[in-house]
Amino acid sequence: MGSAEHISKQFEADLGTTRTRVLQMGGLVESQILAAIQAFATGEAALIEQVIENDARVNGYEVAIDGACNHIVVKRQPAASDLRLIMAISKIVTDVERMGDEAKKIARMAKRIHESGSSLAQKFPAIRHAAEIAVRMLRQALDAFARLDAASAAEVLKEDSDIDSEFKSVLRQLITYMMEDPRTITAALETVWVAKAVERIGDHAKNVAEQVIYIVHGTDVRHTSFADIERELAKE
Amino acid sequence: MKPLKVQAVPQPDVAELKAKLSVRQLNFYYGGFHALKNITMEIPERRVTAFIGPSGCGKSTLLRTFNRMYSLYPEQRAEGEILMDGENLITTRRDVSLIRAKIGMVFQKPTPFPMSIYENIAFGVRLFEGLSRREMDDRVEWALARAALWNEVKDKLSQSGQSLSGGQQQRLCIARGIAIKPEVLLLDEPCSALDPISTAKVEELIHELKADYTVVIVTHNMQQAARVSDYTAYMYLGELIEYDVTDKIFIKPKKAQTEDYITGRFG
Repeated sequence: MGSAEHISKQFEADLGTTRTRVLQMGGLVESQILAAIQAFATGEAALIEQVIENDARVNGYEVAIDGACNHIVVKRQPAASDLRLIMAISKIVTDVERMGDEAKKIARMAKRIHESGSSLAQKFPAIRHAAEIAVRMLRQALDAFARLDAASAAEVLKEDSDIDSEFKSVLRQLITYMMEDPRTITAALETVWVAKAVERIGDHAKNVAEQVIYIVHGTDVRHTSFADIERELAKE
Repeated sequence: MKPLKVQAVPQPDVAELKAKLSVRQLNFYYGGFHALKNITMEIPERRVTAFIGPSGCGKSTLLRTFNRMYSLYPEQRAEGEILMDGENLITTRRDVSLIRAKIGMVFQKPTPFPMSIYENIAFGVRLFEGLSRREMDDRVEWALARAALWNEVKDKLSQSGQSLSGGQQQRLCIARGIAIKPEVLLLDEPCSALDPISTAKVEELIHELKADYTVVIVTHNMQQAARVSDYTAYMYLGELIEYDVTDKIFIKPKKAQTEDYITGRFG
């Protein structure tokens, strides 16, 4: 982030390794989400099991990366951009791990819905569409993290409202289903949880993007409206 | 001589604070060597301001202009203004000892006088004030208490100041400095020769002292600057590069040069 390399090559290497691991963790979670949504649509048992098992790897990444951050803090007392990077990474991995949890939830719901014989999943392409937006947000947030691109991170913040609208629309439709035919309630509720999980993934991707803005600009934009964020970033 | 580029360095927002020392276009020379270049800054009253920067950046030089240390050496000269209470310390006709009574200094190596602990404190006070024995006892106790040293030395005031440990000697020097009721305290790497516990005690003391005194500290320990100071000035090769609220300097400095120094990067 500074104009040159650290005098300490070890410090430089530690930071580099930690950043790489964050990206690897993000990539794994991205594929988890995609697999979970696929499993939701098709009910493919092997895919469901794979997502559930892989969650342990995601958790492993979180523990390892947080440990690396502690190590860097105690050893280097990082300042300025290094400090912001470490603080942000610690928060980013929390959000990415939660995204992993949501993917596992989706897989579990998918298993229940398909085992019950319900074909409800096929009636909601909107959920798949929302999931695609969420994955795109995550990918863009991680890419913004890799390139320390605050402008790209800011774009991610905009997309979260699209997912929220999709979720509300899906919820309305499912409520209608449940009212028309109470036998669909169990499967419908499970579909609601899947839609909710996708909405949560979007929220977590937004959190990651907010941390990227903090790393680059040193401005904490959490709990700030998008209009205010744009104004803040224009000042920089 | 080439005219120097004058670039105003943004000052921290000290609008609500009074400036105790106003430095304006200060240039300093060791013979032909131009050691400080167009320094302009305001030192806020009753706050701790730290000067940081790599070796040779001029931070100690700058500190020592404030109490006219350079007057001891004919080949050293200062040009510009250092204003305290409206008076330019560089050109004032007042006795320089009176300036040094108002602006005390503590050095890196503790420098207790070869006298008793009591006399270390009383000696300076006697030069400026005519106190009775009782009043002097009170002043000595007050200064040692203020320097967090009284409890450790109250039963051995007649022992030599040099019999104390390094950390205690340094606190004795601080007590000696504040005994004559200065307004400003200049600390030139006061903890460099001390162990971590003594350092922590001196840092705690600095925090308490700023209630009554304007403190300026030079340190090469960045974490110390981050811990003890309210404002930090980063200097490089005789120039003031950046000067701001300490948190801002250490979390989000404005200049890449400052960022490089405090994160341990050098091109």
